[in-house]
Amino acid sequence: MGEFLLVSIQVDMHDKLAITLQDDLTTSIVKHRARGVLIDISSLEIVDSFIGRMLANIAAMSRVLDAETVVVGMRPAVAITLVELGMSLTGVRTALTVERAMDTLRASVATGAESGRGDAARPE
Amino acid sequence: MPRETGSRVVEILDKHERELLTSWLDRQLKASTLRRDLLQESEMREQSREFLRLVRDAAAKAGVEDVDTPAYEPVRELLRAISTERARKGFTSSETATFVFSLKEPVFARLRQEVGMDVGALAEEMWAANVLLDKLGLFTTEVHQQGRETVIARQAEEMLELSTPVVELWEGVLALPVIGTLDSARTQVVMENLLQRIVETGATIAIIDITGVPTVDTLVAQHLLKTVAAARLMGADCIISGIRPQIAQTIVHLGVELQSVITKATLADAFAVALQRAGLAVVRSRPQA
Repeated sequence: MGEFLLVSIQVDMHDKLAITLQDDLTTSIVKHRARGVLIDISSLEIVDSFIGRMLANIAAMSRVLDAETVVVGMRPAVAITLVELGMSLTGVRTALTVERAMDTLRASVATGAESGRGDAARPE
Repeated sequence: MPRETGSRVVEILDKHERELLTSWLDRQLKASTLRRDLLQESEMREQSREFLRLVRDAAAKAGVEDVDTPAYEPVRELLRAISTERARKGFTSSETATFVFSLKEPVFARLRQEVGMDVGALAEEMWAANVLLDKLGLFTTEVHQQGRETVIARQAEEMLELSTPVVELWEGVLALPVIGTLDSARTQVVMENLLQRIVETGATIAIIDITGVPTVDTLVAQHLLKTVAAARLMGADCIISGIRPQIAQTIVHLGVELQSVITKATLADAFAVALQRAGLAVVRSRPQA
């Protein structure tokens, strides 16, 4: 069974929140034996190098726990900013919509799982 | 009493303004550089009269040595207006400058009459008049050029807006034919357009075709890679196509790393890859004749 976690970031991230999120997420991955993590940042309008690094960190942590990370729904302005900051998030998968991301994850997990259950871990 | 050089020029401008204007107009009307098709005679007369009057006033106030003084501001203002207007009407820069230079002949003729046989003084006065008119003439050229440059800048801006179309080749496949040199400003526009269209169409593959890019240097390559990285962050893979043989050589010689990007020689090849990725195939519907 492939199991995916969905993280929706809807508020501006700051240091503490990011650490809480990393804690929650790693715990959840282990608890649910998740194989994939979707980070939905479609409501994120402002990014800085900190958030970029946080996304990269989360991806790295998930990979250690054998779960793939897909960043979902990045806005054009956000993408341009990240590129200008020199953070192209290599090694992190991306998708435009949650459905697409699910497809990607399903394909990559490739265990023949029909559907993944989305758990919403939502900071505040 | 030692006279200041050029004082006779000032005197002549003051005393013989009317005669100068008449003979100057005469010459301008006969000259081949007068563009009757572009300029009304009455307008030219008016401009000449105004110019001569302003030069006279300025010369009386500040002499003929330096045209950068505030006294010459009205003259410069007029020349700027005339020059800009003529540039817009399609005059060449030399045709515009001739407007000022053609004043030399009447002034010199008048000087010869006034100064008479004193060769030394005559040479000095002529030189002073010559320098004054040269400076003013060159000023018109400068303004003329500035006028042209604004036109060029505006056209460049328009081209920037026109030349970055993003077209949908297939459902989920976008193509971005880049024409012209990719500088930072254009990259920004291209990137924004592309990302916007990716959001609108939900495309997963974007083909950047650089057939129309004349040269690729490290900067252009960097801009391309930035665009590719940004598209990737939006969940779309990029294929760079239309790489001409010379450009392939340049890229390798420059040591630009394009390893992380799929590159194809032609747009057709890139499109084939895109279709394959989407699990599609093109088949012949009729047997070949």
